[in-house]
Amino acid sequence: MADSQAPRKAKKNPLSDGQGGLAALLISPTMAVILFVVGLPILMSIRESVFRTNEGVDPNTGMVSQGESFVGLQNFTDIFANPSLVTGNWGSIDRLLNSFINTTWFTIACVTLETILGVAMALIMAKAFKGRGLVRAAILVPWAIPTIVSAKMWGLIFAADGVMNKVIGQQILWLADGPQSQWAIIIADVWKTAPFIGLLTLAGLQTIPAEVYEAAKVDGASAWQQFTRITLPMVKPALVVAVLFRTLDTMRMFDLPAGMIGFGKYFVETVSTLAYVENNNLRYGSAAAYSIILFVYIVFVAFLFVRLLGADVVGDDEVRAIADQRKRQKAAAKASGTKAKLAKTTVTSGSASS
Amino acid sequence: MSTAQAHVSAAELAQLNKPQRDGKYWAGLIAGIVGMGFIILYCVLPFYWMVVSSLRLPSDGFSTDFLPNPASVENYIAVFAPQNMFGSALVNSLIVSTTTTLLTLVFGILAAYALARLRFAAKGIVLSIIIACSMFPGITLVIPLFKLFSGNYPGFEWLYWMNTYQALIIPTLSFGLPLAVWNLTAFFRQLPVELEQAAMVDGCTPGQAFVKVILPLAAPGVFTTAIITFIAVWNDYMIALQFGTEPQMYTSIVALSKFTGQYGFDTPWGTIMAAGVMITVPLLVAVLIFQRRIVAGLTAGGVK
Repeated sequence: MADSQAPRKAKKNPLSDGQGGLAALLISPTMAVILFVVGLPILMSIRESVFRTNEGVDPNTGMVSQGESFVGLQNFTDIFANPSLVTGNWGSIDRLLNSFINTTWFTIACVTLETILGVAMALIMAKAFKGRGLVRAAILVPWAIPTIVSAKMWGLIFAADGVMNKVIGQQILWLADGPQSQWAIIIADVWKTAPFIGLLTLAGLQTIPAEVYEAAKVDGASAWQQFTRITLPMVKPALVVAVLFRTLDTMRMFDLPAGMIGFGKYFVETVSTLAYVENNNLRYGSAAAYSIILFVYIVFVAFLFVRLLGADVVGDDEVRAIADQRKRQKAAAKASGTKAKLAKTTVTSGSASS
Repeated sequence: MSTAQAHVSAAELAQLNKPQRDGKYWAGLIAGIVGMGFIILYCVLPFYWMVVSSLRLPSDGFSTDFLPNPASVENYIAVFAPQNMFGSALVNSLIVSTTTTLLTLVFGILAAYALARLRFAAKGIVLSIIIACSMFPGITLVIPLFKLFSGNYPGFEWLYWMNTYQALIIPTLSFGLPLAVWNLTAFFRQLPVELEQAAMVDGCTPGQAFVKVILPLAAPGVFTTAIITFIAVWNDYMIALQFGTEPQMYTSIVALSKFTGQYGFDTPWGTIMAAGVMITVPLLVAVLIFQRRIVAGLTAGGVK
């Protein structure tokens, strides 16, 4: 018996068994690169954030201080304990807090407008008329334009003598450090990214079978009911992922305020540009602390999206199947009172169905 | 195909409910055409304004004529004025973008094949790490790397990499590689697994099946990924700005953001617009030629 089992065990099916080794071999270069260019810098950032570059004159030696000293969480607590007050759109508050509120405000305003416009665009494009190719070509134009070029392009439009002021017949200094500059940035960002949301939503719309709408018509559903009861729920998975990507991208906004208005402008300063300015003033400690605050904020928002809205960002059939299988195994184990032995892979390959 | 469906359903419904359907149909058609016109204007008009402004005389910068009057290429000549160093900036952009794209493709194809085809325990974790990297704020990497590359890390002074190509390329991998892996995984998933199974039945190992069967079939996907990655790297500002501080190491994006006018603080809008057009038009041509594939690539990540 033992003899007959041994060769059978050794003879693996290349389609289903023993792929872990090959997978590790293929994936390790990528993971190594990611470890070096993402993982390591995060650890270095955390280390930097609890140090501070010495400034000023050393009282003992009378020399200009050099090096850095451990300050614990002071780079973080200074927001409350030792605020550096600036006056932006939100009154006289700490500079980091100001940039944090700016970031949040830009994110909410931009993503809301982008989503509304993007969904509207997708609905228009989904009405399959002639010329869809032309629209698709047009919609790729804002996406392909570099953000800095778009910042300068809108800078020309919003300049004091520019075409925007001539069209609306006002003399608004859009590019000066003031509340109106926030709108210049929001408009430029929405212009560039609403078509992108439109594209992703359109792809989601096209997966809805026409029969569903036919059935709804037979049941007497109005156009609005069809939109809210069929279109929105069925396009939701695609839309949630698109909005998640846009939200996280807007939260790290850097190019637009930097390229259009400039650095150190309190009305448009985001956490990214503030950290950049601090870094270039060689205050590595506070720069790293601010960037980590932004990082944690982004992770938190991503977590909310996945938990509350069920964003399936990974979108892999096999990973989903494993999760479902584990859920079933847990439930079965709970019912029978034994400890669950959770699956690590599934029998079905994720690729076949898609 | 969908137009054909619409015709069929329109004909069927017209039989059932002719007068009402007609009015609605035409109203919908007109609304659709107006809407499409709006989308095209929305997307193209600001870009058109940039092109037109770049073709004016430098002194007509804020003219609101819809066509340049008189047309002039003086702005384009001014872009290449020696103090802008725009030519070398274009070369730098090309070097950085091409190298990064090639590196990400080599690493990305291997990883994406494993993620799309092989079954292994940590797949969910690997996919999550890769997607997390693509959402990561670049500034968190740039700050410690700036300290490292400017030789301020005790013990690592030999890593003085400011104004070198490796300092522009390596940090760029942090967003280029996840992007490439993600797109390639989506493309590999779309190829029917039966092709490899057939190859393996004929005696190929999984590796041979990949090289001889999958890779040639995935070539369009690889090419699309290359374009998307190239554009992402070409458009990068933060990393190029931070690690290329000398004019001869500016990428074209950084050079554009730092154009100064002939007369001090005067913003040379015409020159900036001309440079912007030159940076953008090659990308636009590539995007429009391969638009079908690029749309497929962009949506593959977000939609299942």
